[in-house]
Amino acid sequence: MLEIVVKLALVAAAFAFLPLLVGQAEHKVMAHMQGRLGPMYAGAFHGWAQLVADGVKFAQKEDVVPRDADRWVFKLAPGVALVPYLLVLLVIPVGPDGQVALDLGPGVFFALAVMGVGVIGAIMAGWASANKYSLLGGMRVAAQLMSYELPMVFAASSVAMAAGTLSLTGIVDEWRWWWLPWQAVGGVVFFVAGLAELRRPPFDMPVADSEIIFGPYTEYGGLRFALFILSEYAGIVVLCALTTVLFLGGWKGPFLDTELGWLWTLLKVFALAFCVIWLRVSYPRMREDQLQKLAWAWLVPLSLAQLALTGVLKVAL
Amino acid sequence: MHNYFDTYVVVVVLLLVGAGIVAGGLGANRALRPNRPTAEKLTTYECGVDPVGEGWAHSYVRYYVFAYLYVVFAVDAVFLFPWATIFSEPGYGATTLGEMFVFLGFLATGLAYAAKKGVLSWV
Repeated sequence: MLEIVVKLALVAAAFAFLPLLVGQAEHKVMAHMQGRLGPMYAGAFHGWAQLVADGVKFAQKEDVVPRDADRWVFKLAPGVALVPYLLVLLVIPVGPDGQVALDLGPGVFFALAVMGVGVIGAIMAGWASANKYSLLGGMRVAAQLMSYELPMVFAASSVAMAAGTLSLTGIVDEWRWWWLPWQAVGGVVFFVAGLAELRRPPFDMPVADSEIIFGPYTEYGGLRFALFILSEYAGIVVLCALTTVLFLGGWKGPFLDTELGWLWTLLKVFALAFCVIWLRVSYPRMREDQLQKLAWAWLVPLSLAQLALTGVLKVAL
Repeated sequence: MHNYFDTYVVVVVLLLVGAGIVAGGLGANRALRPNRPTAEKLTTYECGVDPVGEGWAHSYVRYYVFAYLYVVFAVDAVFLFPWATIFSEPGYGATTLGEMFVFLGFLATGLAYAAKKGVLSWV
Protein backbone atom coordinates (compact mmCIF):
# COMPACT_ATOMS: atom_id res chain seq x y z
CA MET A 1 0.00 0.00 0.00
CA LEU A 2 2.73 2.44 1.05
CA GLU A 3 4.75 1.40 -1.99
CA ILE A 4 1.98 2.25 -4.41
CA VAL A 5 1.31 5.60 -2.69
CA VAL A 6 5.01 6.52 -3.01
CA LYS A 7 4.99 5.45 -6.67
CA LEU A 8 1.88 7.51 -7.41
CA ALA A 9 3.52 10.52 -5.73
CA LEU A 10 6.63 10.00 -7.88
CA VAL A 11 4.50 9.80 -11.04
CA ALA A 12 2.72 13.03 -10.09
CA ALA A 13 6.06 14.70 -9.33
CA ALA A 14 7.52 13.58 -12.67
CA PHE A 15 4.39 14.88 -14.36
CA ALA A 16 4.78 18.26 -12.67
CA PHE A 17 8.52 18.56 -13.26
CA LEU A 18 9.55 16.94 -16.57
CA PRO A 19 7.25 18.96 -18.87
CA LEU A 20 8.60 22.18 -17.33
CA LEU A 21 12.14 20.97 -17.90
CA VAL A 22 11.34 20.26 -21.57
CA GLY A 23 9.62 23.64 -21.86
CA GLN A 24 12.61 25.48 -20.44
CA ALA A 25 14.93 23.45 -22.68
CA GLU A 26 12.82 24.50 -25.64
CA HIS A 27 13.14 28.18 -24.68
CA LYS A 28 16.91 27.95 -24.46
CA VAL A 29 17.67 25.45 -27.24
CA MET A 30 15.46 27.27 -29.74
CA ALA A 31 16.97 30.58 -28.77
CA HIS A 32 20.55 29.39 -29.23
CA MET A 33 19.74 27.66 -32.52
CA GLN A 34 18.35 30.98 -33.75
CA GLY A 35 21.26 33.05 -32.48
CA ARG A 36 19.32 34.53 -29.55
CA LEU A 37 19.74 34.24 -25.80
CA GLY A 38 16.20 33.33 -24.76
CA PRO A 39 15.00 34.12 -21.23
CA MET A 40 17.87 35.48 -19.13
CA TYR A 41 16.22 37.47 -16.36
CA ALA A 42 13.86 35.33 -14.24
CA GLY A 43 15.74 33.52 -11.46
CA ALA A 44 18.97 35.36 -12.32
CA PHE A 45 20.91 32.36 -13.68
CA HIS A 46 20.14 32.00 -17.42
CA GLY A 47 16.43 32.57 -16.79
CA TRP A 48 15.91 29.18 -15.16
CA ALA A 49 12.74 30.35 -13.37
CA GLN A 50 11.04 31.68 -16.50
CA LEU A 51 8.32 29.02 -16.53
CA VAL A 52 7.72 29.40 -12.80
CA ALA A 53 7.19 33.10 -13.38
CA ASP A 54 4.88 32.27 -16.30
CA GLY A 55 2.88 29.96 -14.05
CA VAL A 56 2.49 32.65 -11.38
CA LYS A 57 1.36 35.07 -14.06
CA PHE A 58 -1.16 32.65 -15.58
CA ALA A 59 -2.66 31.86 -12.17
CA GLN A 60 -3.61 35.51 -11.72
CA LYS A 61 -5.17 36.09 -15.13
CA GLU A 62 -8.85 36.60 -15.77
CA ASP A 63 -10.81 33.61 -16.99
CA VAL A 64 -12.72 34.68 -20.10
CA VAL A 65 -15.38 32.38 -21.56
CA PRO A 66 -16.85 33.83 -24.77
CA ARG A 67 -20.58 34.56 -24.65
CA ASP A 68 -21.41 32.21 -27.53
CA ALA A 69 -19.26 29.32 -26.34
CA ASP A 70 -20.56 25.98 -25.14
CA ARG A 71 -19.55 26.78 -21.55
CA TRP A 72 -19.15 23.34 -20.01
CA VAL A 73 -17.30 21.73 -22.86
CA PHE A 74 -15.16 24.86 -23.21
CA LYS A 75 -14.16 24.76 -19.54
CA LEU A 76 -13.62 21.02 -19.43
CA ALA A 77 -11.42 20.77 -22.54
CA PRO A 78 -8.03 21.74 -20.98
CA GLY A 79 -8.44 19.06 -18.31
CA VAL A 80 -9.30 16.43 -20.91
CA ALA A 81 -6.20 17.45 -22.87
CA LEU A 82 -3.84 17.25 -19.90
CA VAL A 83 -4.83 14.39 -17.58
CA PRO A 84 -4.42 11.49 -20.08
CA TYR A 85 -0.67 12.14 -20.31
CA LEU A 86 -0.44 11.77 -16.54
CA LEU A 87 -2.16 8.39 -16.83
CA VAL A 88 0.29 7.16 -19.50
CA LEU A 89 3.25 7.96 -17.23
CA LEU A 90 1.81 5.39 -14.81
CA VAL A 91 2.73 2.43 -17.02
CA ILE A 92 6.13 3.60 -18.28
CA PRO A 93 9.02 1.67 -16.71
CA VAL A 94 12.12 3.70 -15.82
CA GLY A 95 14.24 0.82 -14.59
CA PRO A 96 14.41 -2.96 -14.13
CA ASP A 97 12.93 -4.98 -11.25
CA GLY A 98 9.67 -3.19 -10.75
CA GLN A 99 10.82 0.40 -11.20
CA VAL A 100 7.45 1.10 -12.74
CA ALA A 101 4.35 2.48 -11.04
CA LEU A 102 2.06 -0.12 -12.53
CA ASP A 103 3.19 -3.06 -14.66
CA LEU A 104 0.04 -3.35 -16.70
CA GLY A 105 -0.38 -6.52 -18.82
CA PRO A 106 -1.71 -4.73 -21.91
CA GLY A 107 0.63 -1.76 -21.34
CA VAL A 108 1.24 -0.76 -24.98
CA PHE A 109 -2.44 -0.92 -25.71
CA PHE A 110 -3.30 1.16 -22.63
CA ALA A 111 -0.65 3.78 -23.42
CA LEU A 112 -1.77 4.25 -27.04
CA ALA A 113 -5.47 4.32 -26.16
CA VAL A 114 -5.07 6.85 -23.36
CA MET A 115 -2.69 9.01 -25.40
CA GLY A 116 -5.38 9.28 -28.07
CA VAL A 117 -7.84 10.65 -25.49
CA GLY A 118 -5.62 13.71 -24.97
CA VAL A 119 -6.28 14.80 -28.53
CA ILE A 120 -10.02 14.84 -27.85
CA GLY A 121 -9.41 17.81 -25.53
CA ALA A 122 -8.24 19.88 -28.50
CA ILE A 123 -11.20 18.76 -30.61
CA MET A 124 -13.57 19.71 -27.76
CA ALA A 125 -11.90 23.11 -27.52
CA GLY A 126 -12.27 23.64 -31.26
CA TRP A 127 -15.94 22.78 -31.22
CA ALA A 128 -16.97 24.52 -28.01
CA SER A 129 -15.35 27.88 -28.81
CA ALA A 130 -18.11 28.76 -31.32
CA ASN A 131 -15.44 30.39 -33.47
CA LYS A 132 -15.01 29.56 -37.15
CA TYR A 133 -11.23 29.44 -36.90
CA SER A 134 -11.36 27.23 -33.83
CA LEU A 135 -13.76 24.90 -35.57
CA LEU A 136 -11.49 24.59 -38.59
CA GLY A 137 -8.56 23.97 -36.27
CA GLY A 138 -10.51 21.32 -34.37
CA MET A 139 -11.35 19.57 -37.65
CA ARG A 140 -7.69 19.58 -38.61
CA VAL A 141 -6.78 18.09 -35.23
CA ALA A 142 -9.34 15.33 -35.80
CA ALA A 143 -8.07 14.63 -39.31
CA GLN A 144 -4.50 14.48 -38.06
CA LEU A 145 -5.36 12.12 -35.23
CA MET A 146 -7.11 9.74 -37.62
CA SER A 147 -4.35 9.70 -40.19
CA TYR A 148 -1.44 9.25 -37.81
CA GLU A 149 -2.96 6.97 -35.19
CA LEU A 150 -2.89 4.08 -37.64
CA PRO A 151 0.86 4.00 -38.46
CA MET A 152 1.54 4.58 -34.76
CA VAL A 153 -0.52 1.52 -33.79
CA PHE A 154 1.14 -0.60 -36.49
CA ALA A 155 4.64 0.44 -35.41
CA ALA A 156 3.86 -0.29 -31.76
CA SER A 157 2.37 -3.68 -32.55
CA SER A 158 5.50 -4.54 -34.51
CA VAL A 159 7.47 -4.24 -31.27
CA ALA A 160 4.80 -6.20 -29.43
CA MET A 161 5.22 -8.98 -32.03
CA ALA A 162 8.99 -8.95 -31.64
CA ALA A 163 8.76 -9.17 -27.84
CA GLY A 164 5.74 -11.47 -27.70
CA THR A 165 4.18 -9.38 -24.94
CA LEU A 166 2.20 -6.17 -24.55
CA SER A 167 3.67 -5.29 -21.17
CA LEU A 168 6.11 -2.37 -21.45
CA THR A 169 8.43 -3.89 -18.82
CA GLY A 170 8.27 -7.20 -20.68
CA ILE A 171 9.20 -5.49 -23.95
CA VAL A 172 12.32 -3.89 -22.49
CA ASP A 173 13.26 -7.22 -20.86
CA GLU A 174 13.16 -8.88 -24.27
CA TRP A 175 14.96 -6.03 -26.04
CA ARG A 176 18.40 -6.73 -27.55
CA TRP A 177 20.72 -4.29 -29.29
CA TRP A 178 20.06 -5.76 -32.74
CA TRP A 179 16.43 -4.66 -32.40
CA LEU A 180 17.72 -1.17 -33.22
CA PRO A 181 18.30 -1.93 -36.93
CA TRP A 182 15.48 -4.50 -36.97
CA GLN A 183 12.83 -2.08 -35.70
CA ALA A 184 14.40 1.12 -37.05
CA VAL A 185 11.69 1.83 -39.62
CA GLY A 186 8.97 1.24 -37.03
CA GLY A 187 10.76 3.51 -34.59
CA VAL A 188 10.95 6.40 -37.05
CA VAL A 189 7.31 5.91 -38.06
CA PHE A 190 6.22 5.83 -34.42
CA PHE A 191 8.13 8.98 -33.51
CA VAL A 192 6.98 10.95 -36.55
CA ALA A 193 3.37 9.85 -36.13
CA GLY A 194 3.57 10.77 -32.44
CA LEU A 195 4.84 14.24 -33.29
CA ALA A 196 1.93 14.66 -35.68
CA GLU A 197 -0.51 13.54 -33.02
CA LEU A 198 0.91 16.10 -30.61
CA ARG A 199 0.63 18.76 -33.35
CA ARG A 200 4.27 19.68 -32.94
CA PRO A 201 5.99 21.53 -35.78
CA PRO A 202 6.30 20.67 -38.66
CA PHE A 203 2.86 19.13 -38.10
CA ASP A 204 1.29 22.22 -36.50
CA MET A 205 -1.27 22.87 -39.21
CA PRO A 206 -4.15 22.88 -36.66
CA VAL A 207 -2.66 25.94 -34.94
CA ALA A 208 -1.31 27.62 -38.10
CA ASP A 209 -1.29 31.23 -36.95
CA SER A 210 -1.15 32.71 -40.44
CA GLU A 211 -4.43 31.04 -41.41
CA ILE A 212 -6.59 30.27 -38.41
CA ILE A 213 -5.16 32.43 -35.60
CA PHE A 214 -4.39 29.74 -33.02
CA GLY A 215 -6.84 27.06 -34.10
CA PRO A 216 -8.72 25.40 -31.26
CA TYR A 217 -7.00 27.54 -28.60
CA THR A 218 -7.93 30.92 -30.11
CA GLU A 219 -10.57 31.76 -27.50
CA TYR A 220 -8.56 30.51 -24.54
CA GLY A 221 -6.64 32.70 -22.16
CA GLY A 222 -5.22 32.61 -18.66
CA LEU A 223 -4.79 29.36 -16.82
CA ARG A 224 -6.86 27.23 -19.21
CA PHE A 225 -4.57 28.27 -22.04
CA ALA A 226 -1.57 27.44 -19.86
CA LEU A 227 -3.01 23.96 -19.26
CA PHE A 228 -3.14 23.37 -23.02
CA ILE A 229 0.48 24.45 -23.41
CA LEU A 230 1.47 22.27 -20.46
CA SER A 231 -0.31 19.32 -22.07
CA GLU A 232 1.79 19.83 -25.20
CA TYR A 233 4.99 19.47 -23.17
CA ALA A 234 3.59 16.58 -21.15
CA GLY A 235 2.80 15.00 -24.51
CA ILE A 236 6.41 15.40 -25.62
CA VAL A 237 7.62 13.70 -22.44
CA VAL A 238 5.17 10.84 -22.91
CA LEU A 239 5.98 10.37 -26.60
CA CYS A 240 9.73 10.38 -25.97
CA ALA A 241 9.34 7.99 -23.04
CA LEU A 242 7.22 5.59 -25.12
CA THR A 243 9.68 5.71 -28.02
CA THR A 244 12.51 5.04 -25.57
CA VAL A 245 10.77 2.06 -24.01
CA LEU A 246 9.49 0.53 -27.24
CA PHE A 247 12.36 1.15 -29.66
CA LEU A 248 15.49 2.25 -27.81
CA GLY A 249 15.66 -0.38 -25.10
CA GLY A 250 14.43 1.69 -22.16
CA TRP A 251 16.73 1.22 -19.18
CA LYS A 252 19.32 -0.83 -21.09
CA GLY A 253 22.57 1.04 -21.54
CA PRO A 254 26.21 0.25 -22.25
CA PHE A 255 26.89 -0.75 -18.63
CA LEU A 256 25.32 -1.08 -15.16
CA ASP A 257 21.75 -1.64 -16.41
CA THR A 258 20.48 -2.57 -12.98
CA GLU A 259 22.00 0.29 -11.00
CA LEU A 260 21.82 3.08 -13.57
CA GLY A 261 18.74 1.97 -15.51
CA TRP A 262 16.72 5.05 -14.61
CA LEU A 263 19.57 7.26 -15.80
CA TRP A 264 19.72 5.60 -19.23
CA THR A 265 15.95 5.98 -19.57
CA LEU A 266 16.09 9.68 -18.68
CA LEU A 267 19.05 10.31 -21.00
CA LYS A 268 17.26 8.70 -23.93
CA VAL A 269 14.05 10.61 -23.18
CA PHE A 270 15.89 13.93 -23.11
CA ALA A 271 17.90 13.15 -26.24
CA LEU A 272 14.60 12.51 -28.04
CA ALA A 273 13.04 15.65 -26.56
CA PHE A 274 16.02 17.58 -27.90
CA CYS A 275 15.26 16.16 -31.37
CA VAL A 276 11.63 17.27 -31.02
CA ILE A 277 12.79 20.84 -30.35
CA TRP A 278 15.39 20.62 -33.11
CA LEU A 279 12.72 19.59 -35.63
CA ARG A 280 10.60 22.56 -34.60
CA VAL A 281 13.43 24.94 -35.37
CA SER A 282 14.53 23.36 -38.64
CA TYR A 283 11.40 22.39 -40.60
CA PRO A 284 8.73 24.65 -42.09
CA ARG A 285 5.08 23.83 -41.44
CA MET A 286 3.58 21.22 -43.75
CA ARG A 287 0.43 22.00 -45.71
CA GLU A 288 -2.73 20.04 -44.84
CA ASP A 289 -2.60 17.91 -48.02
CA GLN A 290 1.09 17.21 -47.55
CA LEU A 291 0.31 16.09 -44.00
CA GLN A 292 -2.30 13.61 -45.15
CA LYS A 293 -0.12 12.40 -47.97
CA LEU A 294 2.82 11.74 -45.66
CA ALA A 295 0.63 9.59 -43.43
CA TRP A 296 -1.16 7.52 -46.05
CA ALA A 297 1.43 7.34 -48.81
CA TRP A 298 4.52 6.88 -46.63
CA LEU A 299 3.98 6.04 -42.99
CA VAL A 300 1.18 3.48 -43.36
CA PRO A 301 2.94 1.45 -46.12
CA LEU A 302 6.25 1.69 -44.25
CA SER A 303 4.69 0.45 -41.03
CA LEU A 304 3.01 -2.42 -42.89
CA ALA A 305 6.41 -3.33 -44.36
CA GLN A 306 7.86 -3.24 -40.84
CA LEU A 307 5.13 -5.62 -39.66
CA ALA A 308 6.02 -8.04 -42.45
CA LEU A 309 9.74 -7.82 -41.66
CA THR A 310 9.13 -8.36 -37.96
CA GLY A 311 6.88 -11.34 -38.59
CA VAL A 312 9.23 -13.09 -41.01
CA LEU A 313 12.36 -12.59 -38.89
CA LYS A 314 10.62 -13.58 -35.67
CA VAL A 315 9.33 -16.86 -37.11
CA ALA A 316 12.59 -17.56 -38.96
CA LEU A 317 14.64 -17.15 -35.78
CA MET B 1 -10.27 -11.66 -11.33
CA HIS B 2 -9.85 -9.84 -8.03
CA ASN B 3 -6.31 -8.79 -8.98
CA TYR B 4 -7.46 -7.62 -12.39
CA PHE B 5 -9.72 -4.98 -10.91
CA ASP B 6 -7.16 -4.04 -8.25
CA THR B 7 -4.78 -3.05 -11.05
CA TYR B 8 -7.26 -0.67 -12.54
CA VAL B 9 -8.13 0.84 -9.16
CA VAL B 10 -4.63 2.38 -9.29
CA VAL B 11 -5.47 3.89 -12.68
CA VAL B 12 -8.69 5.35 -11.30
CA VAL B 13 -6.84 6.76 -8.26
CA LEU B 14 -4.32 8.47 -10.54
CA LEU B 15 -7.17 9.79 -12.67
CA LEU B 16 -8.61 11.38 -9.53
CA VAL B 17 -5.18 12.79 -8.62
CA GLY B 18 -4.98 14.31 -12.12
CA ALA B 19 -8.45 15.79 -11.80
CA GLY B 20 -7.36 17.15 -8.42
CA ILE B 21 -4.28 18.82 -9.92
CA VAL B 22 -6.36 20.53 -12.62
CA ALA B 23 -9.14 21.48 -10.19
CA GLY B 24 -6.60 22.75 -7.66
CA GLY B 25 -4.96 24.96 -10.25
CA LEU B 26 -8.27 26.34 -11.44
CA GLY B 27 -9.36 26.85 -7.81
CA ALA B 28 -6.22 28.88 -7.08
CA ASN B 29 -6.91 30.80 -10.27
CA ARG B 30 -10.47 31.53 -9.09
CA ALA B 31 -9.16 32.91 -5.79
CA LEU B 32 -6.49 35.09 -7.39
CA ARG B 33 -8.00 36.41 -10.60
CA PRO B 34 -9.95 39.57 -11.30
CA ASN B 35 -13.36 39.25 -12.95
CA ARG B 36 -14.43 42.22 -15.05
CA PRO B 37 -16.42 40.98 -18.05
CA THR B 38 -17.42 43.49 -20.71
CA ALA B 39 -19.49 42.89 -23.82
CA GLU B 40 -16.49 43.41 -26.10
CA LYS B 41 -14.32 41.02 -24.12
CA LEU B 42 -16.90 38.27 -24.43
CA THR B 43 -17.36 38.46 -28.20
CA THR B 44 -15.87 35.82 -30.44
CA TYR B 45 -12.45 36.76 -31.78
CA GLU B 46 -12.33 36.92 -35.56
CA CYS B 47 -9.18 38.87 -36.38
CA GLY B 48 -10.46 41.99 -34.68
CA VAL B 49 -13.58 42.56 -36.79
CA ASP B 50 -17.12 41.91 -35.56
CA PRO B 51 -18.00 38.23 -36.01
CA VAL B 52 -20.20 37.38 -38.97
CA GLY B 53 -22.96 34.83 -38.41
CA GLU B 54 -22.39 32.16 -35.81
CA GLY B 55 -19.32 30.08 -35.07
CA TRP B 56 -20.74 26.69 -35.95
CA ALA B 57 -20.67 27.59 -39.61
CA HIS B 58 -21.12 25.19 -42.49
CA SER B 59 -17.85 24.09 -43.95
CA TYR B 60 -16.83 21.42 -46.37
CA VAL B 61 -14.76 18.88 -44.51
CA ARG B 62 -12.57 17.72 -47.35
CA TYR B 63 -10.90 15.01 -45.40
CA TYR B 64 -13.95 13.05 -44.29
CA VAL B 65 -12.77 10.24 -46.57
CA PHE B 66 -9.75 9.79 -44.33
CA ALA B 67 -12.15 9.20 -41.45
CA TYR B 68 -13.72 6.31 -43.37
CA LEU B 69 -10.31 4.90 -44.20
CA TYR B 70 -9.27 5.18 -40.57
CA VAL B 71 -12.34 3.39 -39.26
CA VAL B 72 -11.84 0.54 -41.73
CA PHE B 73 -8.15 0.09 -40.91
CA ALA B 74 -8.25 0.77 -37.17
CA VAL B 75 -10.86 -1.88 -36.53
CA ASP B 76 -8.54 -4.37 -38.22
CA ALA B 77 -5.48 -3.05 -36.43
CA VAL B 78 -6.93 -3.66 -32.96
CA PHE B 79 -6.88 -7.40 -33.64
CA LEU B 80 -3.14 -7.24 -34.19
CA PHE B 81 -2.44 -6.77 -30.49
CA PRO B 82 -3.73 -10.07 -29.06
CA TRP B 83 -2.37 -11.89 -32.10
CA ALA B 84 1.07 -10.28 -31.74
CA THR B 85 1.64 -11.88 -28.33
CA ILE B 86 1.20 -15.47 -29.45
CA PHE B 87 1.95 -15.70 -33.18
CA SER B 88 5.46 -17.07 -32.75
CA GLU B 89 4.62 -19.60 -30.01
CA PRO B 90 5.63 -23.16 -30.84
CA GLY B 91 3.02 -24.77 -33.03
CA TYR B 92 1.89 -21.58 -34.74
CA GLY B 93 4.90 -20.52 -36.81
CA ALA B 94 4.35 -20.65 -40.54
CA THR B 95 0.54 -20.77 -40.41
CA THR B 96 0.15 -17.54 -38.46
CA LEU B 97 2.81 -15.91 -40.60
CA GLY B 98 0.76 -16.81 -43.68
CA GLU B 99 -2.29 -15.35 -42.02
CA MET B 100 -0.38 -12.17 -41.32
CA PHE B 101 0.42 -11.76 -44.99
CA VAL B 102 -3.25 -12.30 -45.85
CA PHE B 103 -4.08 -9.54 -43.36
CA LEU B 104 -1.40 -7.21 -44.69
CA GLY B 105 -2.53 -8.01 -48.21
CA PHE B 106 -6.07 -6.89 -47.39
CA LEU B 107 -4.82 -3.63 -45.90
CA ALA B 108 -2.41 -2.94 -48.76
CA THR B 109 -5.10 -3.68 -51.36
CA GLY B 110 -7.49 -1.35 -49.57
CA LEU B 111 -4.88 1.38 -49.49
CA ALA B 112 -3.93 0.87 -53.14
CA TYR B 113 -7.62 0.98 -54.09
CA ALA B 114 -8.11 4.21 -52.15
CA ALA B 115 -5.04 5.70 -53.81
CA LYS B 116 -6.25 4.65 -57.28
CA LYS B 117 -9.68 6.16 -56.60
CA GLY B 118 -7.87 9.41 -55.90
CA VAL B 119 -9.12 9.92 -52.35
CA LEU B 120 -5.58 10.27 -51.03
CA SER B 121 -4.87 13.29 -53.16
CA TRP B 122 -6.23 16.71 -52.33
CA VAL B 123 -9.57 17.65 -53.87
